[in-house]
Amino acid sequence: MHSVFDPASPQARAVAHLWWWMFGVGAAVWLAVMAAMLLSLRRRRAVRGPDELMQPAPGMDSHIERVVKAATFVTVLILIGFLAFDFSIGRILAQQPVDPLTIELTGHQWWWEVQYANQDLSQRIVTANEMHVPVGQPVRFILRSRDVIHSFWMPNLTGKRDLIPGYQSTIWFQADTAGTYRGQCAEFCGLQHAKMALTIIAQPKAQYQLWYAAAVSAQTEPADSTLLYGQRIFMTSGCSVCHAISGTQAYSTVGPNLTHFKSRTLIASGTLPNTRENVARWVLNPQAIKPGTQMPPSPLSTDQLSALVTYLETLK
Amino acid sequence: MRNAFLILVAIACAGCEREERRLNQPSPPAPTQFVAQVPLQPGPTFVATATEAPFDDNAYGTSEGERLFSQMNCVGCHAHGGGSMGPALMDDQWIYGSDPSQIFASIAEGRANGMPAWKYRLTNEQIWQIVSYVRSLSALTPKGARPSRSDQMMVKPAPAQTPNAKPKRSGPPGGAGH
Repeated sequence: MHSVFDPASPQARAVAHLWWWMFGVGAAVWLAVMAAMLLSLRRRRAVRGPDELMQPAPGMDSHIERVVKAATFVTVLILIGFLAFDFSIGRILAQQPVDPLTIELTGHQWWWEVQYANQDLSQRIVTANEMHVPVGQPVRFILRSRDVIHSFWMPNLTGKRDLIPGYQSTIWFQADTAGTYRGQCAEFCGLQHAKMALTIIAQPKAQYQLWYAAAVSAQTEPADSTLLYGQRIFMTSGCSVCHAISGTQAYSTVGPNLTHFKSRTLIASGTLPNTRENVARWVLNPQAIKPGTQMPPSPLSTDQLSALVTYLETLK
Repeated sequence: MRNAFLILVAIACAGCEREERRLNQPSPPAPTQFVAQVPLQPGPTFVATATEAPFDDNAYGTSEGERLFSQMNCVGCHAHGGGSMGPALMDDQWIYGSDPSQIFASIAEGRANGMPAWKYRLTNEQIWQIVSYVRSLSALTPKGARPSRSDQMMVKPAPAQTPNAKPKRSGPPGGAGH
């Protein structure tokens, strides 16, 4: 699920290919050096007694010189070969994709803001930490950061690229195998760097379009009185000051967008499964789960918490 | 010699407070008594009292306050301390007082002419962090804990480079010394 050796895109496959070649050639060189060393140890002992060890045999100097020269030549040749190989892989990764799906990814301490770019603003999706992409279509990421340097890394799909404040970089891949892939921030970015994961769900185009249609819709006003109470807790006890739910009065961009919160499988940037119990635990005291996270504890009563979580669970 | 050593240890221990990250700890309580600071009331304006803010000597808390100051859009009215629609926060004019409890009250309860109330939006801990950041802008917090740089365009040296200030008498804008 999270491995460079299980590539799911032509880009990751090219990188894995290069890696296996480097591993193979490196292993062969290492074995050759070890074999040469063992051979020379054996030979010296067999040919000459211990008293003469310090004296080189006649003609040995020029022999050693030839061997060292040959070995240096082969080493340089191998390195130049790898340099050319590396450049050719770099060319594959640097090609501009044709007709890509563009996703704007913004790094925050410690979560990922995801926006599906669209000329029509009503068709834009804003979500967090988990994104769906179609299989067989190039996906291009525009990478930015809101605070410090982060790095985007999906081991199964492509290489790494940094998200730098005040700067915009891009990276792309084309998933060719459906599946759920886990990524990770790959540049130390503060206390909870390790708990800054993201998930990419690659799925067939038809399924992806179904997901997109659901994700682009706004939430409607809840009918149930418990849900209305939960929504009121959300709006009045501080949640809405950071989080947005499309279709309501909460529209802040400080924290993750919660419009389709329940459709995500994990919460807190890949830290916990999205279950009722975990959400309640997280809302009550995020600092116990992810110390240093920017979300403060919410001192809610049991009734309030229960209503709030029930409301959040309807945000499918 | 021994005394000097003890003094050094005391200084070192005092310095620890600065970098302490009080994560997963109960929120400090709101001040129990607010000093009334309404300029439109009859009688004299008040001299600042001297309550303590929990994060004044804490660099992490102060920088969290700086982050919240931007995220909660305090900058929308106060700019980065220089003021625009709202009053400047880096000078020594304090309409509602420069004491931590008074600034806490200004943020928590809101003030006339547009300052919204934040007590239902932010936790006490977050408000205290903003209090310390706001006080650091005019050099009212201990020098060692003040930000030594800022990511914004700066009109004066970073708070850590300004000498410590004395709490000022508060009063309405346009009064003496304005």
